[in-house]
Amino acid sequence: MKPRDLSDLAFRNLREAILRNTLTTLGVAVGVASLVAMLSLGVGLQELASKRLSQSGLFDTIFVTPKNNFRGMGRPQREVQSDKPPRTLDEDARQAIEKLPNVIEVYPQVRFFTEVRFNNKPFATVVAGMPESSRNSGSFDGMQGNFFSSPTANEAILQIEFAKDLSDKPASLIGQDLVLRYAERQALPANDDSSSPSGEPSGGFSVVPKELRLKIVGIVETEPAAGYGGYGNARLLMPLSTASTLRAAQVNDLRDIVRDNSANKTTYPSLSVRAKSPSHVETLEASIKSMGFAAFSLLDASKSLRTFFSVFDLLLGIFGSLALAVATLGIVNTLVMAILERRREIGVLKALGAADSDVQQLFFVEAGVMGLFGGFLGVLFGWLLGRAITFGTNVYLKRQNLNPIELSSVPWWLVIAAIAFAILVSLAAGLYPASRAAKLNPVDALRYE
Amino acid sequence: MPNAETAIQLDHVSRQYTMGGATIQAVNDVSLAVARNEFLALLGSSGSGKSTLLNLIAGLDRPTSGSITAQGLNLAELTSIELARYRCNTIGMIFQSFNLLPRMTLEENIELPLRLAEVDREERPGRVREALERVRLTHRLGHRPTELSGGEQQRVAIARALVNRPKILLADEPTGNLDSATGEAILSLLHEVQRQMGMTIVMVTHERPLAERYADRLTIMGDGKLLSASESAREAAR
Repeated sequence: MKPRDLSDLAFRNLREAILRNTLTTLGVAVGVASLVAMLSLGVGLQELASKRLSQSGLFDTIFVTPKNNFRGMGRPQREVQSDKPPRTLDEDARQAIEKLPNVIEVYPQVRFFTEVRFNNKPFATVVAGMPESSRNSGSFDGMQGNFFSSPTANEAILQIEFAKDLSDKPASLIGQDLVLRYAERQALPANDDSSSPSGEPSGGFSVVPKELRLKIVGIVETEPAAGYGGYGNARLLMPLSTASTLRAAQVNDLRDIVRDNSANKTTYPSLSVRAKSPSHVETLEASIKSMGFAAFSLLDASKSLRTFFSVFDLLLGIFGSLALAVATLGIVNTLVMAILERRREIGVLKALGAADSDVQQLFFVEAGVMGLFGGFLGVLFGWLLGRAITFGTNVYLKRQNLNPIELSSVPWWLVIAAIAFAILVSLAAGLYPASRAAKLNPVDALRYE
Repeated sequence: MPNAETAIQLDHVSRQYTMGGATIQAVNDVSLAVARNEFLALLGSSGSGKSTLLNLIAGLDRPTSGSITAQGLNLAELTSIELARYRCNTIGMIFQSFNLLPRMTLEENIELPLRLAEVDREERPGRVREALERVRLTHRLGHRPTELSGGEQQRVAIARALVNRPKILLADEPTGNLDSATGEAILSLLHEVQRQMGMTIVMVTHERPLAERYADRLTIMGDGKLLSASESAREAAR
């Protein structure tokens, strides 16, 4: 029989026992729905975790430091053995790194210890400059208040814990001012003291205490782009341009003097390099290292995360498949019942010239069609279930004054895989009934009342 | 050996079943030749083996021993797929209980053998109409079998059996479920179709008067054997 005739007959047969076949199809749908819902939760959680981590700026960011950076007391300087001479992390280096392929931006980490005065009380904290690009990176999604009004605004965003230190009602801080007290670095004229071993003039700087009034515009849960190098998390964020113009004294300033760098020449303790995607991080990291800098990324942690979620998804998939396994028994039952009911019909078909394979294929197609419809419905039910779980979770989170999250996700691959799996499982369930129908003796079948 | 004029040749055909430990000899050493375009009636009481013999000729069953040749094909040598093709293209079958599929319309019932024979879809409506015209039921095309009388259902079954233009028509008690007038009309129709299309008919029946009137030859079976040498219907009628 031609495939179109086969499918015509299969659809006709399914329509005839519409109630039973619909119930069986619904059974498959429930099975697929449970599978899809489980996996969509797994995928959703993975995406959520990945999003949070990418928002943290850790996975698409490479942290670049000079090779001979401070490594702590007593640590050997292994970089010395490198054949590449250590390079100074200055503006030239920043521009050279920015020209590497797949680099979105390169910005210095302006991060310094300082004191904040609020309501005439002092609070020690770490201040960090945030680049303007972080406005759209998703890092500040769900924050209270707003992002900086301009890249040069005298504004601050506080980390929630710090905000709680300042006030019992952190939200009330938005709109208020605080005073940043910092040590400004002021360059001194070059010293022509011949006592310098190199005989060259060495510069220096003086440190002058300064104050800057900042308006609190927002409060954020965690600090995006947490820093490295022993500074710890910044608890007060301000626009990078504003932070840079402060010329606040940083750790590398002392090092620059020791190394005879001119205080007027801009050098950076570290640079953050943002790659277009985490997949580019590895290559970029190698390129930066070959330029003579030390580079560090959290790529390995990301790989571990993916492994964890693969196993997590597998387990969820196994639990989800249990319902589908029950549904396959429903298909077997329905088709075996259909053989009993249609015994005489099978006999007639054979008497009219149907081959065993025609009868087998007919039952196969019927099972496949139930799988196909069950798969479609199941994906729909699974998606709805995922939405319902997300909705319920968000209602709970809202009551806890927490930000809403996207808990489930049904990507295209899951839709296609779930439908294909439903068809495959249904065909497997149809194997036995189809073979039994094909083997039916036509003489006995015709005699059957 | 079958000659060119023989449509069906049975040589020492036997068929036995094992049922509950007992062996039942349904057909016992039957040899029979049916000529092309002949209308043969197989008579006999219930359980005489005539329907089993018909199923063997139809290729629905295989003999325990002996050989059957139909339209030059040795059925024993055919695979199950070839047997299915033989049933589809060479044989047409009608049954006592009509065996129409109640869920399908008359048109769909008659189209079924065309589907199995993989006839082009464009060609099918014409073939269905032609078959229904032969049995004079074109006005009931869209009806379902349950909406028809017994006689009409059997006419539809005949149309379905004829739609693939078979060389051999096998009829198993075609009048068994019909009153005598309708039965006579059905046999008259079979006779007419046979003359028009030129086909061999083997009909199993236990209604001797009807068989005598329409068949070319009568053969009587009892206990799985041919009880009498075949006699022409005319002789039998005398």
